[in-house]
Amino acid sequence: MTNAIEAQGLVKIYPARRGSSEVRALDGVDLEVPEGTILGLLGPNGAGKTTTVRILATLLRPDAGSAKVAGFDVVKQARDVRRAIGLSGQYAAVDENLTGWENLYMFGRLYEMPKAQAKSRADELLEQFNLSEAGGRPVKTYSGGMRRRLDLAGALSGRPHLLFLDEPTTGLDPRSRLGMWDVIRELVREGTTLLLTTQYLEEADELADTIAVVDTGKIIAKGTADELKAQVGGERIEVVVSDRNAVEPAQILLKGVFGHDDVEVDEHTRRLTGSSSGGAQQLVEVVRVLGEASIGIDDVALRRPTLDDVFLTLTGHHTETSAAEGDVA
Amino acid sequence: MNALQAGPVSDALVITWRNLKRIPRIPELAIFAILQSIMFVLLFAFVFGGAIPLPDGGDYKEFLMPGIFAQTIAFASATTAIGMAEDMSKGLIDRFRSLPMARSAVLAGRTVADTIYQAGILVVLMLAGLVVGWSVNNGLAKFVLAVILLLAFAHVMAWIGIWIGLAVPNTETAQQLTFVTIFPLTFVSNVFVPPSALPAILQPIAEWNPVSTLTAATRELFGNPNPYVGDGFPSQYPILVTIGWMVVLLTIFAPMAIRKYRNASS
Repeated sequence: MTNAIEAQGLVKIYPARRGSSEVRALDGVDLEVPEGTILGLLGPNGAGKTTTVRILATLLRPDAGSAKVAGFDVVKQARDVRRAIGLSGQYAAVDENLTGWENLYMFGRLYEMPKAQAKSRADELLEQFNLSEAGGRPVKTYSGGMRRRLDLAGALSGRPHLLFLDEPTTGLDPRSRLGMWDVIRELVREGTTLLLTTQYLEEADELADTIAVVDTGKIIAKGTADELKAQVGGERIEVVVSDRNAVEPAQILLKGVFGHDDVEVDEHTRRLTGSSSGGAQQLVEVVRVLGEASIGIDDVALRRPTLDDVFLTLTGHHTETSAAEGDVA
Repeated sequence: MNALQAGPVSDALVITWRNLKRIPRIPELAIFAILQSIMFVLLFAFVFGGAIPLPDGGDYKEFLMPGIFAQTIAFASATTAIGMAEDMSKGLIDRFRSLPMARSAVLAGRTVADTIYQAGILVVLMLAGLVVGWSVNNGLAKFVLAVILLLAFAHVMAWIGIWIGLAVPNTETAQQLTFVTIFPLTFVSNVFVPPSALPAILQPIAEWNPVSTLTAATRELFGNPNPYVGDGFPSQYPILVTIGWMVVLLTIFAPMAIRKYRNASS
């Protein structure tokens, strides 16, 4: 299998500015993305995800290292790289004062299409992204989700072999986010190679074949979602029983439900925790079994590993954005 | 022909098309640009004008209008700077830079579109001028030459605007920076008063100021009153000096704008 992206030792240093010292945004990043696969770059704000994408999309020159995209060198053969890629950033880079159709027509023309072809491509993309009705309206009347879809449509205008999506759902409401995921899954089915950056493990999990975790300009872990979660310990079920005397019988019952003996107990808070492989179904089972044994429950929860858990496990420190997890523009 | 199919010229035309399409979608921009100029016309033609005697006699409104045209054209840099700063902050420049298009097209398309836009504004102002009593007295050929001079100047100002738009962090700064530089330029000039009415210390500045030489050049070509400040070179050869200014400004600002664009990243 050939690689759509190959990068070795990428380094990017932003020079010191007034009030801030030199920033080593990338500190030796290696990447390999086989054709037709999806790589998720996962990390908090400022980890170096966007810088990586900007170098691979020819917007920035690396200070050291080299990268090939679709077989072309990102510095020496930038124009060839640009013909092969589509880029959709976190800002929805479309012209607000043009209509959706006019934006797509413009991008088609700039992807070197003749007029007639650019016109039919614009119609086709509006249809594909459910924007046909809104296509004649200026983009400033669009909702956030519609703008992102249009932005993505623009990136696909030239039928790229390789697509870069830089935080495609950051700042979207949950419904629009699910809509975006459907769109992205559809692209993947058609065989597009994709590099996706995200702050959300859940998103990388849903969409990516392989996940690379980025922190302070380095890739600190790489693997499938399951492999990463296994490192963190996967899902956990937590139960707080009402009576201290019930802790011991509860522990025995939980071991039975989980099918393993690794159930942590905190006598003082009456909290029992065990890693679970059965999800919500197993949670119901836990409640049922404890209920049948007449053990009172104060609290019960299914905890999924968050990006913060992955980080804590891999780096020993929390993500800086974890407190504001959610909308970080 | 091939260059028109796909290449720098075709790309620049697409960007020009895009920038022209935007104009009617943001009508406030054009309306305020025109209103601001018309406000100056009314203010000076009917309020202050009576108190400003021209040395050689002559009609003040005829004296004023070429100055208003030059002032409006000088402000063209603000339109470009704001548009460029906006494209930058909205991420559109990044989008363009990721496309297999000619890099020159973004700047060429912007400056050409903004020059066409200024031509439209100039038409409206000339009609307004005719209403308040301005007239063209030197025939069609010189009139056309004056219009070409004004639009060429507008094009140069657009290049300055590109550099400003890329150098500042946001649209607000772009707007303020152009206003604080262009306003003094249009007041320490021959736009509203004959240069002889200015304090002696400001007279050389007013004489060499490119807004002044453009105003004097178009007054001469339109056949409007054109009181000279003296025997200085710019007063004697305003057209030549204006062309000289355009060459100098373009030589300085176009390469600076292009370099800024190459290194730009939002």
